[in-house]
Amino acid sequence: MSNELLKIKNLKTSFRIGDEYYAAVDDVTLTLNKNEVLGIVGESGSGKSALAFSIMRLHTRAKIEGEISLNNQNIVQMSKSKLNKIRGDEMAMIFQDPLTALNPLMPIGRQIEETLFLHNKKLGQQGRKERAIELLNLVGILRAERVYEQFPHELSGGMRQRVIIAIAIANDPELLIADEPTTALDVTIQAQILDLIRELKEKIHAGIILITHDLGVVAEMADRVAVMYAGQVVEIAPVDRLFENPLHPYTKSLLNSVPTEGQDRLHVIQGVVPTLKNLPRTGCRFAERIPWVDASHHEDNPTLHEVESGHFVRCTCYEHFYFPDNKEELENGIS
Amino acid sequence: MAFLEVKDLQVYFPVKGGIFNRTVDHIKAVDGVSFEMEQGKTYGLVGESGSGKSTTGRAIIGLEEITSGQVLFDGKDITDKKTKNKAFRKDVQMIFQDPYSSLNPRKRVLDIVAEPLRNFEKLSKFEERKRVQELLDIVNVSPDSIFKYPHEFSGGQRQRIGVARAIALKPKLIIADEPVSALDVSVQAQVLNFLQEIQKELNLTYLFISHDLGVVKHMCDNISIMYKGRYVEQGSTKDIFENPQHIYTKRLIAAIPDINPRNREKQFEFRKEVADEYRKSFNHYFDSNGLAFALQSISDTHKVALPEKG
Repeated sequence: MSNELLKIKNLKTSFRIGDEYYAAVDDVTLTLNKNEVLGIVGESGSGKSALAFSIMRLHTRAKIEGEISLNNQNIVQMSKSKLNKIRGDEMAMIFQDPLTALNPLMPIGRQIEETLFLHNKKLGQQGRKERAIELLNLVGILRAERVYEQFPHELSGGMRQRVIIAIAIANDPELLIADEPTTALDVTIQAQILDLIRELKEKIHAGIILITHDLGVVAEMADRVAVMYAGQVVEIAPVDRLFENPLHPYTKSLLNSVPTEGQDRLHVIQGVVPTLKNLPRTGCRFAERIPWVDASHHEDNPTLHEVESGHFVRCTCYEHFYFPDNKEELENGIS
Repeated sequence: MAFLEVKDLQVYFPVKGGIFNRTVDHIKAVDGVSFEMEQGKTYGLVGESGSGKSTTGRAIIGLEEITSGQVLFDGKDITDKKTKNKAFRKDVQMIFQDPYSSLNPRKRVLDIVAEPLRNFEKLSKFEERKRVQELLDIVNVSPDSIFKYPHEFSGGQRQRIGVARAIALKPKLIIADEPVSALDVSVQAQVLNFLQEIQKELNLTYLFISHDLGVVKHMCDNISIMYKGRYVEQGSTKDIFENPQHIYTKRLIAAIPDINPRNREKQFEFRKEVADEYRKSFNHYFDSNGLAFALQSISDTHKVALPEKG
């Protein structure tokens, strides 16, 4: 397929704890097309950021197995010098925390110019300054000339996030990874930043991976959604199918725990997200959090099943899943 | 008589500067806020960061010095140092935003939860431990874990330990400052459900401070919207969500992401309209300093900050 930008196949990212490696991302297979927004949702500890960092190869000590190819170049085996060439150029990342992602000792302008300088040697000093100001205008910063000379601490959170976006799109990347880009921001600012990302998508035609735990953000932004639990993708579907016809028990539970109209009690998922060391490595990883579903309904080695065009679900337990009524739930205890 | 009455509360922070570090200016964090609360209900206080919502909560409980105004709790003025007695400190408790920094990492759970008990009640070691275990049982944290340290718990569990500490003295009012914003949705659901349950059990009143309108809508009977230290709108949850009058309220509501992807286009349009209206009618809704006007009643439950002649 010529439209395919990023292809991830059987990706496994493991970290060493003590003498053993534990996989934080396990058997993830994904594709991202040009001009598409892929949402990745999951709770903290589900491996969504570990996945993003693997794609950017930002982990320093992790063991990465499998295949990640961006425009048919394999990132997993790429040399450092080659990586430095494509990071910030072909692929770029928007980080979660606008406070810590900028260098506090460097003026905004120079931080933007740094990426321009590294990837576009032809641009002179004047050209870089012009481009930096153009970028600041593009991300909706008023008085860009002034902001160009300011330091990060002089800007508000929303403005800083805009600067980070400006840096990320400086070289018109083909792949943009946004790791919780609005989590640290107020709702009104969040709406503005999301609008901005949407506009930019039209302008620079990038493929975007949007990582978030906010289902509302995903519903508004994504074309396709992958739901992650315990390092695995448990469901992947076009956005309207996922919200209309969620299949995996985890997706259902997650959707049910968001406050919506006419709900007395919110659904609570039993237990906690297992830590990296205690992850069940065989069988359905969500099984222990839905103990009322009979063990025989889970697969021994859950794989993704295509239930309708483009809609995949892991494990067969979804066919037998139901929400226990309140009484039963209460008896089982909340935690 | 209202359970808690706040009259024209002002909290100003001095801005120091000049040659002798004199006070050159004030930041008006809370600038003339009045409201009443009834027992057993949940009141939401919503605003963006910097709007003064947390300062309002902290001023009521006495963590910030009040510049002027009155806070009447059960009819007693508690801004007066003489009457701000032990009973008040016992009846009003707070749940903090960040479960990772609001528990002392060097104390055991037992010491954390028992601290208010040690301050106010003379219990023997044995009784104290029993009470702590009961409290942990209420918040669904295993009572066996009293000798553990905070780092051994997950975010949701820590927040529930914070709640256990807050309810240890059976308070009447709990000020919850963004109690769930640091938590994942599933854990958030757990804490919210739980807050509702103990409210019924103990007839608690909550002042629920949050920037998340979805959560506030779910929890609260009454909502106030704050902007730059002043109230812009106050009303029942129904008033605010079905009949928002102030442009700022509309803007906040429009900014909530819709969970149904089918409404996407509609939501964008709506947001654009509201943004346009906000730009055009800003001068109509705010005075020359960009602050909100005084509140005016438009129905029994609903008050909006509008200029004198509408």
